[in-house]
Amino acid sequence: MSAERDTCSLSVLEKKRRHLPGLEGVWVFVTADMTVFGILFALFMVGRDQDPEIFESSRQSLNPDFGGVNTLILLTSSWFVVLAVDAVKRKEGDGAQHYLAGAFACGVAFMVSKAIEYTQKLNENITLLTNDFYMYYFTLTGIHLMHVVAGNVVLAVLWFMARARTIDPERPTVLESGATYWHMVDLLWVMLFPLLYLVR
Amino acid sequence: MELLRKPVTVVWAVLMLATVASTWWLSKDVVSPVVGTVAIMVIAGFKVRLVMWHFMELRDAPVAWRCVQGAWVFLVTAMIAGIYLA
Repeated sequence: MSAERDTCSLSVLEKKRRHLPGLEGVWVFVTADMTVFGILFALFMVGRDQDPEIFESSRQSLNPDFGGVNTLILLTSSWFVVLAVDAVKRKEGDGAQHYLAGAFACGVAFMVSKAIEYTQKLNENITLLTNDFYMYYFTLTGIHLMHVVAGNVVLAVLWFMARARTIDPERPTVLESGATYWHMVDLLWVMLFPLLYLVR
Repeated sequence: MELLRKPVTVVWAVLMLATVASTWWLSKDVVSPVVGTVAIMVIAGFKVRLVMWHFMELRDAPVAWRCVQGAWVFLVTAMIAGIYLA
């Protein structure tokens, strides 16, 4: 009996130790969103397989410096968000506020960089309708950019909450949920960038 | 400089270095296009897993969620590399 009770206690402890950050519903949404992107990645690769010359010549017209710098920006933004969650749990409200401001600034930098890149393409008369590669390029990066815009709104709300000290350090569910979404925006770009700019 | 000693900062530094290596080294003609492309996509999958495990805290999450997210990285990376090499 005693051994059985010990095993049960261990199992309960293990369950307590395992923790899913944020709301489970956010994880369901994030997984569904990632699945849609996964299907779009597959469609892009099939399109590339059917018309390799057009896809390769179009890819060469992209500037990988934009994509690479944008990856560095989003990874840094994600790092700031991790530090913000850690700061809230340590009851360091000022630190959390500063890290969230840093994450937000990175998000804005990504949007500015993307705007410059789109403007350059449009000035070269390259649009969504130019060919299949650019259809995928503008669609995939456009949908991702909408995710960045939404994420920046979330980061702004979290910053105001951190400033007002309304995030509970013991149960920062709202902050963890926002962080999970923002990390998803980051990891989607980590896959999307090499797929569009570097696969040759 | 407590910030620099945090494990998550080391993960961030690895992610930055991997990005620089992929974007400005492996994408050039240092290796054949096929080797470079496959290496870049495998590195991207590795980076995504680092983000999931250390930034999204999946290393401490219930096993089911780790399996679902881990499967996404594996399937997406294998699918891209598979169609590319086919």
